[in-house]
Amino acid sequence: MSDTHDYKQIGTRPIRPDGVDKITGRANYGADYSLPGMLHGVVLRSPYAHANIKRIDLGKALALEGVYAAVSGADFPDVAAGGMGGEGGGDFKDLASNIMARDKALYHGHAVAAVAATSRELAIEALDLIEVDYEVLTPVMNLDAAMAENAPLLNDKIYTMGVNPKPEQPSNVAARMEFKRGDIDAGFADAEVIVEGEFRTPTVHQGYIEPHACLATMNQGGQATLWCSTQGHFEVRTAVSKTLDMDVCDIKVIATEIGGGFGGKTVIYQEPVAILMSKISGRPVKMVMDREEVFRASGPASATLSKIKLGAKKDGTLTAMSCWMAYEAGAFPGSSMAPGAMCIFAPYKTDNFLIEGFDVVVNKPKVAAYRAPGAPQSMYACESLMDELAYKLEMDPIDLRLKNAVEKGDQAAYGPKFNEVGLRECLIAAKEHPNYSRELTETQGRGISVGFWFNAGMQSSAEVHINENGTVMVIEGNPDIGGSRASMALMAAETLGVPYEKVRVLVGDTETAGFTNVTGGSRTTFATGMAVIQASQDIISQAKQRAAKTWEIDEDQVDWQDGHAVPMPGVNADWEPLSLAKIAAKSGRTGGPLLGRASLNARGAGPGFSVNIAEVDVDPETGKTEVVGFTAIQDAGKAIHPAYVEGQLQGGAVQGIGWALNEEYVYDDKGVMQNPGFLDYRIPVASDLPKIDTVIIEVPNKAHPYGVRGVGETPIVAPLAAVANAVRSAIGIRVGELPLSPPRLLAAMDE
Amino acid sequence: MSKIHVVTRVNDEKVEFLCEPQETLLDVLRNKLNLTGTKEGCATGDCGACSVTLDGRLVCSCLTLAAETKGKSVGTIEGVADGDTLHPVQQKLLEHAALQCGVCTPGYVIAIKALLEKNPDPSESEIRYWLAGNLCRCTGYDKIITAVQDLAGQSDKFKEVV
Repeated sequence: MSDTHDYKQIGTRPIRPDGVDKITGRANYGADYSLPGMLHGVVLRSPYAHANIKRIDLGKALALEGVYAAVSGADFPDVAAGGMGGEGGGDFKDLASNIMARDKALYHGHAVAAVAATSRELAIEALDLIEVDYEVLTPVMNLDAAMAENAPLLNDKIYTMGVNPKPEQPSNVAARMEFKRGDIDAGFADAEVIVEGEFRTPTVHQGYIEPHACLATMNQGGQATLWCSTQGHFEVRTAVSKTLDMDVCDIKVIATEIGGGFGGKTVIYQEPVAILMSKISGRPVKMVMDREEVFRASGPASATLSKIKLGAKKDGTLTAMSCWMAYEAGAFPGSSMAPGAMCIFAPYKTDNFLIEGFDVVVNKPKVAAYRAPGAPQSMYACESLMDELAYKLEMDPIDLRLKNAVEKGDQAAYGPKFNEVGLRECLIAAKEHPNYSRELTETQGRGISVGFWFNAGMQSSAEVHINENGTVMVIEGNPDIGGSRASMALMAAETLGVPYEKVRVLVGDTETAGFTNVTGGSRTTFATGMAVIQASQDIISQAKQRAAKTWEIDEDQVDWQDGHAVPMPGVNADWEPLSLAKIAAKSGRTGGPLLGRASLNARGAGPGFSVNIAEVDVDPETGKTEVVGFTAIQDAGKAIHPAYVEGQLQGGAVQGIGWALNEEYVYDDKGVMQNPGFLDYRIPVASDLPKIDTVIIEVPNKAHPYGVRGVGETPIVAPLAAVANAVRSAIGIRVGELPLSPPRLLAAMDE
Repeated sequence: MSKIHVVTRVNDEKVEFLCEPQETLLDVLRNKLNLTGTKEGCATGDCGACSVTLDGRLVCSCLTLAAETKGKSVGTIEGVADGDTLHPVQQKLLEHAALQCGVCTPGYVIAIKALLEKNPDPSESEIRYWLAGNLCRCTGYDKIITAVQDLAGQSDKFKEVV
């Protein structure tokens, strides 16, 4: 399916501009930077999941030869409470306490102190010399325990927000939210069929292959330079400024190449610690987490519980939808419950719904954004129950969804009216796909699910510089996490009418690029792409002025075609078209270098819908599920570089398959994670998987010049329920808790 | 503890270094020889980001002691391209857009090259099992597998180099 525009470069699959450096080992990631005189920083982490910190003595560590700085919470400034916004949510005061515990350790692995020494080994040795007195408290490790009456409290200043009047007692429930429309009771009274279910998802990690890493250096004038692996260096600058009480103009952040993030690198952990220890020592400080620290102290995504109920007419028309959902926030408030709640019923026309959501603190690491934060968990619940509804109605699951699918003009459950969206197109493509009707064996099953994510706009800046030979330099501010330099170059090339190979893209640091929000929210190709297009249009308008000057005609008599200034049709002139190269060569005589700029706060991010088809084979002897087929169908609006769009669909599918089948944090009764490594926290490997088939639907987003809607996050939303529904179809039993691991399925089948 | 003097070859160049007995090849490559193309993803042999060859055999450099390389030959990502020409494995991975963040990619290049030198015409299943020790969180493996399939059956390009 495609729109009718005649693009010359958009939609092609050239090699990415940063490809050769990445394929030869030249590209520098977070841990690849070093400076002369550099120290190595390491963190002392709480051995208890919940404890009061009574005393910390750094003296012996500092006395060790080769140790040049040691810090604990008391060395950091007090931070005022204030919202962080963005995908992660949360509060700067909490962020500061997460980076370095103040009076309380709130999870096993919580940073308690840090040391910088001449070698990593020496720094680790020094950690053993730090004395900490803990008063150990009972850990609160899951939603049931945290929400129980008389539960031990993580923070006695938490009174549930969103409850009127304010509760009289503090609790572990940080917030309650309610979203509703219509009359839920009337909706259920009107229903001819009602289904209900309870669904649980575990704590999972983003699982980026590159651990968090940074290198900081602060000079004696108080100016800091920070290299770090991040999805957004401008947000890092803000967070460092807040947590160290520094002026943003004294902080330069250089985003290194980034080895995966998936939302988990939109927040910071070590950066302020490295800067503070650099300030104290007067030397650069490098800090790199090991994999165990990544699992114990970064990310993860919320464990959740959803109790959901759907009512429908016999023809499948939904009459009422309700859900009670609770999300673990980890040690500090701020889970992705709200976006989860806003997504859950978004795909369906629904007059009557009620969603009640709870944000709950537990003694686990503070959750971070994970690709469409909140949506995979809630839509797993909704789409599993939609599947049950289809069984009950004896209806094809795609037909049931088609019956209720939103389209242009429908009011989304989360508020606004949809413009053009591609849900129906995705459903129809799924129904017509050969993978939906091919024959299955007796132990196999097929499941489908819808996926949805809002997609974000937010702020972006871009500059386009024209070199003296007409080649193009694009400067933008989004770390390239999955090929975005290629899509920026394609959009600049298409707009200007120059070949892709003549465009270079620089991801500028906080001092060379204009302010740009994170590579997150599936916003980069949409919003920063729009800035690149506008900056390219700025170049065209300047180039036309220069041509007009050269030809001594009015500017409005000049047109731009295929990378050349030409006289407007009907203009009485027979000048040769002027290429960008010719205009650039003469630019010194016509007004100076050509430099195009744009900055914007992008509106109109088109929501992304998807449909996934999972085919599985469940071994009745072992309970092991093998994914034998997987089809990811998604509306991309317009695929700028289709290979990287397919890559998003395939990568998200596999992360979702891992979430559905393998991945979970396993804790002991003291709140210590038992599987903090890739051997035991098992993400899918190549031999676990089949080919991931993709279909890109293109329903253009009219808010973007080329029709783009974000594609990065939606792909992880549908796989959970698609796999769960396929397992349900294979074994005939609904197991409402992820992961659908062999022991869990075996137990269900044995019952 | 006294340091160990090691003379070895890295990417066909004679190299000398001093290391601690417990120091890994990965740490020496990255921190002493400035060969940062080899990445650390886990340091426990689970992710394959640090894949190198030792006398032609695929190993995790995080599980190899630097001292073990004495008198042997180490191959890293920095030695894969031939002068100004990319290795066919590198070229194909680029053409197939088989990398997103790219941090696992050096390990894949080494592992795929080792596979094709051993078995120039692997089946999809053989490719998937050979690469099961290399984790990629971005791509879902699909385009990596396709790129290797695109190279399979071209034995003239892959000579075993033990």
